[in-house]
Amino acid sequence: MTYTRRTTFKLAFGATVLAALPFSARADAAEDAIAAFTGGATPGTEGITLTAPEIAENGNTVPIDVAAPGAVSILLLATGNPVPDAATFSFGPLAAAQAASTRIRLAKTQTVVAIAKMPDGSFVQASQEVKVTIGGCGG
Amino acid sequence: MISRRDFLQASMAASAIVGASGFGNWGRLAAQQRLTQDQLLQFDTFGNVSLIHITDIHAQMKPIWFREPQINIGVGANKGQVPHVTGADFRKLYGIEDGSSSHYALTYDDFTALAGTYGKMGGLDRVATVINSIRAERPDALLLDGGDTWHGSMTCYETQGQDMVNVMNLLKPDAMTFHWEFTLGSDRVREIVADLPFDALGQNIFDKEWDEPSEDFKPYKMVESGGVMIGIIGQAFPYMPIANPGWMFPEYSFGIRDQHMQEMVDEVRGAGAELVVCLSHNGFDVDKQMATKVTGIDVILSGHTHDALPEPVLVGETIIVASGSNGKFVSRVDLDVQNGRMMGFRHKLIPIFSDVIAADAEITAAIDAERAPFADRLSEVIGKTADDTLLYRRGNFNGSWDDLICDALLSERDAEIALSPGVRWGPSILPGSDITREDIWNVTSMTYGKAYRTEMTGETLHAVMEDVADNLFNPDPYYQQGGDMVRVGGIGYRIDITQPIGSRITDLTLLKSGEAIDSARSYVVAGWASVNEATEGPQIWDVVEQYIAKQGTVTVAPNTSVQVIGA
Repeated sequence: MTYTRRTTFKLAFGATVLAALPFSARADAAEDAIAAFTGGATPGTEGITLTAPEIAENGNTVPIDVAAPGAVSILLLATGNPVPDAATFSFGPLAAAQAASTRIRLAKTQTVVAIAKMPDGSFVQASQEVKVTIGGCGG
Repeated sequence: MISRRDFLQASMAASAIVGASGFGNWGRLAAQQRLTQDQLLQFDTFGNVSLIHITDIHAQMKPIWFREPQINIGVGANKGQVPHVTGADFRKLYGIEDGSSSHYALTYDDFTALAGTYGKMGGLDRVATVINSIRAERPDALLLDGGDTWHGSMTCYETQGQDMVNVMNLLKPDAMTFHWEFTLGSDRVREIVADLPFDALGQNIFDKEWDEPSEDFKPYKMVESGGVMIGIIGQAFPYMPIANPGWMFPEYSFGIRDQHMQEMVDEVRGAGAELVVCLSHNGFDVDKQMATKVTGIDVILSGHTHDALPEPVLVGETIIVASGSNGKFVSRVDLDVQNGRMMGFRHKLIPIFSDVIAADAEITAAIDAERAPFADRLSEVIGKTADDTLLYRRGNFNGSWDDLICDALLSERDAEIALSPGVRWGPSILPGSDITREDIWNVTSMTYGKAYRTEMTGETLHAVMEDVADNLFNPDPYYQQGGDMVRVGGIGYRIDITQPIGSRITDLTLLKSGEAIDSARSYVVAGWASVNEATEGPQIWDVVEQYIAKQGTVTVAPNTSVQVIGA
């Protein structure tokens, strides 16, 4: 078999090598997005649940659940992506539950952040690191 | 090093270790020259429930040699904590006498000398005798299989796990969870599971498309034993599609999912469970962490990382039991459950000394029948080990088996660098012994064993090694996958385990020339166990067999090219 450059890269002890992406995230892009959403208010930590895998099975489609009972809207950020904004969920007054599930792409190991805006104008925040690995060997 | 002669002159302790109700209350049997089956099985039945745990058999139906790790480093909060204690430190911790049977069974040093005295361990026909003995005392004892059962031998590979399924079914387990089983492919797993006469459990086996619990596996089972309602929750290996080829089981997603685990604990408690047991393939450190996050689990029967611990570890109100691998041990845990609470326990890690515990004739016959079609292939002698070469794998870094496999890859595949996966399975071979084809398959058999040959830049090689190192030495157990470090041939390196990802691996050196690995240069790399689909090359066991046959007698010099810092 003749290996193309593409297959060669996929072979490296089991998986895709994500090194040397041709772009890098702006360090403050996530902070800017948070500031724009909260208007600079300091978020609390109670009343929001973010569920994400510790290690992504596939960095191209990472399942994320977020729930914040009573929230008006929830901002979801992938802080290490070139464009951190992943989603904003808005809940109308008739929404049965202020919860959402989605799948996002993560360019590399990074922290996923969810911030909920509450009806009183306050904010709550949760975050979790999601590792995007090139694979390994499980004993 | 204890020579065989010194050893025989010493007064030997047959220290089968017996736990008691309560923690840390351990006694040893008096020093005796000979082990007996009665001693090994002796147990004062306690309370009202008995659990029997066996895990990570890796298809080893017959007795084997298996040397425990010399290097097993804990990081973060687990630094210096069991199971990251080895050798003399381990013996000191548990009060095990040097030269004793427990020294041989549980620690690595003087392995060859002690092996000559105490003999092979394991064998499912011996395990059957132990199970029958426990059931004679407690007829409704529950037998729980922690997984990695349908993988690891030629006969298992050739029968797609059927040999192990047939023999294990005769032992009548009550439930099982999974890891390497999925590398048979999801169609085959479902085919077997559909016919299993016991429950296939995994609360963390999800349907990938819908991200909901899979309908193919139950999260838990409720069973009454000794008048106690017990909820048994399964926890499959969390990192299956990352550590093993996800394309072989594309319908499933895994993960730790401790929030869902908490829901399942609450659900079984709500349904009347007085005792909650988690049958886990998380690995020991992950189980410890899970026990701090999930409340209401009484017992975690822990598998995956192959640790054999003579005493359960207590985390909060949860006891964690680790029962070794390859059929070397069976754990018996007796529990006293009153008014919906676990009031006490008695535990024993029963070592399966194959020359001491009688084989169950029915199971011996069943094992032999499974092996018969392959008998000639299995028994063919390919080469032998030199008098100074013990072949073993287990440990965080290159074992001598791995060095031999890497040598075979470098030589037979004409490569500059060899990579071999840091799996924890694979029995040992004593010095001056024949190496049969079966022995080679025992350390290489898998459904994605093709030996690839490719080119890789120094930069890519470094990235791969950093990634694997982080899977082992990330201070947060939830980010560890439970494999050991990738084994390397043709190169040396230094690893500082205290550093973060990207900074652990330095001084990568091409051993042949003594030159530093150039990040921009391409190197010819041979390896096996790629998780990528359509990997091409000969099967690794054929590569290794070819090499050993050419060598005749194999000698593996001690590996001095991996330097570990920060342990």
